[in-house]
Amino acid sequence: MINRRLFLSAAAAMAMTVSACSGGAGGNGNGIVLTNVSYDPTRELYQAINPAFATYWKQKTGKDVTFRMSHGGSGKQGRAIIDGLEADVATLALAYDIDQIAARAKLLPADWQKALPDNSSPYTSTIVFLVRKGNPKGIKDWNDLVRPGVQVITPNPKTGGGARWNFLAAWAYGRKAGGSDAAAEDYVRKLFANVPVLDSGARGATTTFVERGIGDVLLTWENEALLAEKEMGKGKFQIVTPSLSILAEPAVAVVTENAKKHGTQDAADAYLRYLYTPEAQTAIAHAFYRPRDAKVAEQFRSQFPAIPMVTIDKDFGGWGAAQKRFFDDGGVFDRITAKK
Amino acid sequence: MSRTLSRAKSWRQPSVLPGFGLTFGVTLAWLTLIVLVPLASIFIRSAGMGWSEFVAVGFSDRALAAYRVSFGTAAAAGLVNAVSGLLVAWVLVRYAFPGKRVISALVDLPFALPTAVAGIALTALYAPTGWLGQFLEPLGLKVAFTPVGIVVALVFIGLPFVVRSVEPVLADLGRDVEEAAATLGATRLQTFRRVIVPAIAPALLTGFALAFARGVGEYGSVIFIAGNMPGKTEIAPLLIVTQLEQYAYAGATAIATVMMLASFLILLVINLIQAASRRRMGA
Amino acid sequence: MSRPRSTTEGRLTQIVLIVLALAFLGVFLLLPLIVVFSEALKQGLGPFLDAVHTPDALAAIKLTLLIAAISVPLNMVFGVAASWAITKFHFPGKSLLITLIDLPFSVSPVVSGLIFVLLFGAQGWFGPWLAAHDLKIIFAVPGIVLATVFITFPFVARELIPLMMEQGKDDEEAAVSLGANGWQVFRHVTLPNIRWGLLYGVLLCNARAMGEFGAVSVVSGHIRGLTNTMPLHVEILYNEYDFVGAFAVASLLALLALVTLVAKTILEWRFDLHHTGAGH
Repeated sequence: MINRRLFLSAAAAMAMTVSACSGGAGGNGNGIVLTNVSYDPTRELYQAINPAFATYWKQKTGKDVTFRMSHGGSGKQGRAIIDGLEADVATLALAYDIDQIAARAKLLPADWQKALPDNSSPYTSTIVFLVRKGNPKGIKDWNDLVRPGVQVITPNPKTGGGARWNFLAAWAYGRKAGGSDAAAEDYVRKLFANVPVLDSGARGATTTFVERGIGDVLLTWENEALLAEKEMGKGKFQIVTPSLSILAEPAVAVVTENAKKHGTQDAADAYLRYLYTPEAQTAIAHAFYRPRDAKVAEQFRSQFPAIPMVTIDKDFGGWGAAQKRFFDDGGVFDRITAKK
Repeated sequence: MSRTLSRAKSWRQPSVLPGFGLTFGVTLAWLTLIVLVPLASIFIRSAGMGWSEFVAVGFSDRALAAYRVSFGTAAAAGLVNAVSGLLVAWVLVRYAFPGKRVISALVDLPFALPTAVAGIALTALYAPTGWLGQFLEPLGLKVAFTPVGIVVALVFIGLPFVVRSVEPVLADLGRDVEEAAATLGATRLQTFRRVIVPAIAPALLTGFALAFARGVGEYGSVIFIAGNMPGKTEIAPLLIVTQLEQYAYAGATAIATVMMLASFLILLVINLIQAASRRRMGA
Repeated sequence: MSRPRSTTEGRLTQIVLIVLALAFLGVFLLLPLIVVFSEALKQGLGPFLDAVHTPDALAAIKLTLLIAAISVPLNMVFGVAASWAITKFHFPGKSLLITLIDLPFSVSPVVSGLIFVLLFGAQGWFGPWLAAHDLKIIFAVPGIVLATVFITFPFVARELIPLMMEQGKDDEEAAVSLGANGWQVFRHVTLPNIRWGLLYGVLLCNARAMGEFGAVSVVSGHIRGLTNTMPLHVEILYNEYDFVGAFAVASLLALLALVTLVAKTILEWRFDLHHTGAGH
């Protein structure tokens, strides 16, 4: 009998632990909630900007605004919005992912990129090299990356948005140095032959390089490199700026249909416009993104050296064309990594 | 068991026990709702793409290489687990040693630890700078970012399946058979081979099958330690993710369909072998 | 431990086998666990507790427990029903049925999330209907529950089927012949026989329900403090380079599972003590 009681009390105890912890998430009484669906490296950025905007909005309208943040790989987040994640604003790594939301779910107009200044891209970045302190392999530019014995860490462009910028920057260099697309393809083929690990995303690659100690050079966003150099591994890494790079333009947009449904259109629009204000632009620079505002950029000039940059629209014919040519099945990336 | 007495024309053989309708109904309903209908969506989605396109995606060189990696490493890990899982189960059931109960609880850890955490922890151990990696690297043994790393992760994921399948059977195995064998002059090894192994073989097979099946689909832990190089350490579930990144849902479901059919057939064959062996033993 | 010599191994063989087994478990299970705890406690207990105490972490813990509290009982009922039907009756296609129950083990977690998106996502079969009725499944609690139920579907049944097959149905048949009805048979004959197996299956199911990452990641939407479960919160912290926080939450998950498993072991042990000699 004792055992049955023991058994039952154990079961009851389990049930109680479990039921004691139910109860939904707290809702917000009055005021509005904005859901911002973003990609991985913007956490620090929006952690700084959201409270500032909430104060600004309260002053301006007297209304409270709170935020729900969702972070993940850019493509995965784009898909989530398409599949019904009710984002009021999308702040993703690639305009391509927002294009897909417009094309597949019709949640915002196809010409969304004209809604805000600077291609709806309030902050930019570029691709740089992160090397170990003292630059033991003497890496100065792209051509050093294809030397035998140099290990390059870059994520898989088929699964990571940031990795696509890396690939295109390398391609741009290869084309400029060799003078042709064939030379460019040869260059990236050699480059990826030097890659020992293809992580699925930018943050995974940084961890591989910084925490696991693998590789001689990490190809990454400038903001990630600065974060790693200044915060994660203070004094253990340094940044090398290549002779040519690419202007990475993360894009932001109001997901109009969702915002309409939630009645958050005004706040969502104001939120994204707020990103262009000097205060937000300063926060952007502090989060190691390149600000668009000329005055703020001037203040942070030492942090962001001038680099000649290609752009996705001018040099690659926009994301749709680049995605198809380089990263879709049977594209350039598949070709250069296929076994011969 | 004299069931032949009343072999009526009924679909199932009659039994005095009640509750077949209720329990079978609940089983079928829940199975349909949770497993069959959702999985059907995969088949239907991939069927929508046409046969040639299906083959182009589901059987591309890259996909074939990924299946080889996935099924190969899962089989290797399954074998490792069959041997070491049997050893662990044997020791836990047959021998007494201090701390046995805690260790027994530890075996289930891989079920509980999120797979991503397992992957990160294993990578931290086996990376060239890791606790174990730094000793293995000078010996020329590379684990992290090679197929061996995938096997290590899958061994971790699959171990409880084997131990927990074999353990109860081993515990229930009557000592009298072994004693009989011993009185007849069999050595311990002979007894093990001729008496014990045949008795636990079905359970061991189940354990292997479950560990294998789980390993084929595993993503979270493998992704950290694999290195993900196309053709070498790229697993099939990663290809599904790659297809999704291109917004190619149909392509993703094509690869998923191939994997699922293969796993299903392997599991079915193993369950049929088991049922047959049980019938033979029970007869 | 006083058996005839020839039905057990020499002490030396025993020791060798024990050492081998422990070494294997040490390398493959204990070391990863130690890594998790040592990373979590790298900077001492303070940061560990802080990481577990943030509102987001607490929300994730609550959500994880809620999800487990919904999915585990569902699969428990199913598991008992399925094992009863499969082990107490003879019918054709039984192997097929068992294989179908096993199937979720073999489906990649990536796919197990995807199937529910294909069904209930905005572009899925039921998407438009759900949207029209303002019902949310994907990127909300129901979707996470569905994915978790799918992932943990086989655990209880898989634990009970071999056990009940082994026990046969003589006891139940005897009870019926004595006039017991179905519920009485189950309650007084079957349940006492299977309670440990059932408890164990439920614990494993629960552990897996709390630890599932891949499938849940697809259907969650990753909204902080709202749809993030503990494993997803671990990933988020890890991606924020907050390694202490990530491993702290991860070790909490491991602890939750270990505590339940150790509790089960202790219960079982006390049960054994009371029943020495009366074992089956």
